[in-house]
Amino acid sequence: MLESIIQNVINALQWGSFYALIALGYTLVYGVLTLINFAHGDVFMVGAYIAFFVATFFLTALGLPGWVALALCIPLTMILTSMVGVTLERIAYRPLRNKGAHRLYVVITALMCGLILEHANLAILGASRKAFPPLIDVVVYDVGGVTFTNLKIAVIVTAFLVFFFLHWVVTKTRVGMAMRAISYDKFAVPLMGIPLDQIIVVTFVLGSGFAGLAGLMFAMSYPVLEPYMGALIGWKAFIAAVVGGIGDIRGAFLGGFLLGAVEIMVVAFFPSTFRDLIAFTVLLAILTWKPTGLFGIAKTTKI
Amino acid sequence: MLRRFSVHLLLALFGGVIIYCAYQEYLSLYVMSVLMFMGVNVILSTSLNLVNGYMGEFSCGHAGFMCVGAYVSSLLGVWLFAKDKVFGEAVFDPEYALYAFPLLILAGGVAAALAGLLVAIPSYKTRGDYLAIITIAANYIIISTIENIGVIGGSRGFMGMKSLLNEMEEVVELPWMPIWVFVFTVFCVWLMRRYVSSTFGKGVTAICQDEVAAEIMSVNTNKIKTITFMLSSGMAGIGGGLFAYILGYVNPGSFNILKSTEVLVMVYLGGMGSLSGSVLSAILFTILLELLRPLQILKWIVIPLMLIILMQFRPEGIMGNRELGDLFPRLKKFYRFK
Repeated sequence: MLESIIQNVINALQWGSFYALIALGYTLVYGVLTLINFAHGDVFMVGAYIAFFVATFFLTALGLPGWVALALCIPLTMILTSMVGVTLERIAYRPLRNKGAHRLYVVITALMCGLILEHANLAILGASRKAFPPLIDVVVYDVGGVTFTNLKIAVIVTAFLVFFFLHWVVTKTRVGMAMRAISYDKFAVPLMGIPLDQIIVVTFVLGSGFAGLAGLMFAMSYPVLEPYMGALIGWKAFIAAVVGGIGDIRGAFLGGFLLGAVEIMVVAFFPSTFRDLIAFTVLLAILTWKPTGLFGIAKTTKI
Repeated sequence: MLRRFSVHLLLALFGGVIIYCAYQEYLSLYVMSVLMFMGVNVILSTSLNLVNGYMGEFSCGHAGFMCVGAYVSSLLGVWLFAKDKVFGEAVFDPEYALYAFPLLILAGGVAAALAGLLVAIPSYKTRGDYLAIITIAANYIIISTIENIGVIGGSRGFMGMKSLLNEMEEVVELPWMPIWVFVFTVFCVWLMRRYVSSTFGKGVTAICQDEVAAEIMSVNTNKIKTITFMLSSGMAGIGGGLFAYILGYVNPGSFNILKSTEVLVMVYLGGMGSLSGSVLSAILFTILLELLRPLQILKWIVIPLMLIILMQFRPEGIMGNRELGDLFPRLKKFYRFK
């Protein structure tokens, strides 16, 4: 009994790590721009594909050993994915922002960018699924009936490290201070000599880069890639961010693990097809009970 | 006198011509089905415009309500009037299907309106982005629920509606499906126009402008939100019911987020808060989808790209928040558009 509980907790931590990593990207962009970057789930998907191509290139074309390939793969994937994110920002979001368009139009643009990424992938690479090459040997540990792999531990540790890093960036550094300032007042900030566009680019680099990392981790854990893999997990990560109170780093992180735990528990007790149903119902219940999420602060509305 | 009713007459003439063409089989089945989907799309885009355009919320789960309507009306129809392996023998004589058909579609609409409460009740406290998430969640919840009910086919879908239509055509030889699609499309657009131009409907626009101020001016915001959400989702249900009977087959997968996005595109293409814009864009969009069909998967790159370009250069859509009557003032002589 105890073993199965611990086993489920480990599974929940690993599953929640993916949600947390993606939700962090959502919440960073939302915190700065109050923009729901609906393309983020698909940036995650692109990250997984970039990781696939980079890893295959290193393994087959250069014939490097697995751990060297992984060590090169991590920074390269993060850089390339963040370039995708920044490109989206430059091409689609920034012109709208400079025109002072309504926030809703930016959200729709983001939604459409996500669709384009998905279907461009489908059109270029075809509908066949890609199998991710194994980079490291998966070792299974068994401690008193509880089994876990080195990969699972790596995923969980990565999520925690990324969280602490982002938390440090936002609360302790000058860039983070500028981010918080932009979210506080977008019009006064340029007057204080803060380069608005550069800070926003940094935000997108951070968010997309860690989405790319999540893509790599996901591809290593579940080595089947398909163009629609980012859609559902992206929506759910967004839900995690909202449950935690979007715009708050701690909220996104906790929300991710909460959603992961809920889903794993559902699978443990019900048929697995109930997973989405119950996850979304929990979201509905939380938002009806506390509309701003767990960490969110209600803003007073002025006329 | 004739001038006052000219729009009604034109509409009746248009419907009559199409139905006559369908009766004489001048139009191919393909053209007919495109025309019918056009009608369904008009219903969907006008009903979503009520929430997204007039009320200023951001609902992106419209296909979920469509799904409820489609399933309820087709299940009821098959249960009552057709022999089926799920429900067994028909409860009533299949001949009565002819008379009960509009009731079946309306029943789907009522069920979808009740499902609309799923969004309406959280909307009392929640606004903006958070409400958008709730609509997405509602869409997923509805689809996921239906996928988990194995009796009605689950994710494999449900069929058997064609036999109902065949029964209807056996009793009276008329193209019933085009007739009802036309009637319901006109009914929905008429109802929507009456609703938004009524005194009660002015409250909907007031909520869009400023919810707090509207409440101070004694607008009962919760009541208006409930009714508007229910009306909008109810009409989506009517559209869904028609959709199911046109295809003769429903499965939950066809009502996913992609379908909702399609409806969103139609609303923003036409312009928020413009009824005639929604009708126009639904017609244009349906034609466009058919024209782009040879592109296959590239279609879903071209359409989002178009919308992105639209958002960059003309974010208010084709019509903005104006009606046809504002653009061409002479039309006002014939019909009051607002």
